Amino acid sequence: MLSIDRSIVDAIVAHARRDHPDEACGVVAGPAGSDTPTRHIPMENAARSMTFYEFDSMEQLRVWREMDDRDEEPVVIYHSHTATEAYPSRTDVSFAGEPGAHYLLISTREPDTEEIRSFRIVDGVVTEEPVRVVDAAVDQHAVQSYMFGQSPATVDYECSGR
Amino acid sequence: MAIEVRIPTILRSYTGGAKVVEGTGDTLSDLLTDLDSRHGGLKARLVTDAGSLHRFVNVYVNDEDVRFLGALDAKLNDGDSVTILPAVAGGAFGFAAAAAIAQQKVASAAPGRASTAR
Repeated sequence: MLSIDRSIVDAIVAHARRDHPDEACGVVAGPAGSDTPTRHIPMENAARSMTFYEFDSMEQLRVWREMDDRDEEPVVIYHSHTATEAYPSRTDVSFAGEPGAHYLLISTREPDTEEIRSFRIVDGVVTEEPVRVVDAAVDQHAVQSYMFGQSPATVDYECSGR
Repeated sequence: MAIEVRIPTILRSYTGGAKVVEGTGDTLSDLLTDLDSRHGGLKARLVTDAGSLHRFVNVYVNDEDVRFLGALDAKLNDGDSVTILPAVAGGAFGFAAAAAIAQQKVASAAPGRASTAR
């Protein structure tokens, strides 16, 4: 499961909306080993494409070094799909090179709602996981869960065990 | 002559978990061959069967992307630091389609010239 603060989700969605119809991409760093995303780093999409994204290699080197210096790791790697569902494409799977990261996908194909889903991608195997959005700013204990296939405004299909 | 090489998480299974290893070589290609002699399998993850640097990794010599330094022919010196990172890329389209679009862009950016593989 990915637990992530609502303010970070909001910032990611804002980034995806801003770059729409091009794909947006970025990282949320967190303390190494904590599995907690804390520092949102929007990245340039060097491909500037509606169907492809690619970190600029020099920006990536700088950001990865900075994380190393701060004893952080890429807890979340996100990108948007702007005309299709928030599910990893074959290209996404081929490139997935951070086995410890949560791969977060945001679909901005609907103008009013976003589909937000998270995946682990290890050795070419995609495993979807629930996303738990934590409302730290309002109430530490108030939690809204987006389970598999759900987005904030719509439920695509039910997930058992809730 | 030693060159420090920083290994990303995904490739540390080849280095016994080590984050930094050392190797020698006059070029990046030589260095990877040297590393492969102690960390068998590592080179195959970085170099394609056709003998070019893999699309899925970024390799840097000091602060430069080796793609701008001659890729596998990039010259190395004692004390250089080599960093390997997984390239972060993807997107809604299949890779073949994305590559075709990239080629189209190259072709349209250089009108009158046939597009050539990069």
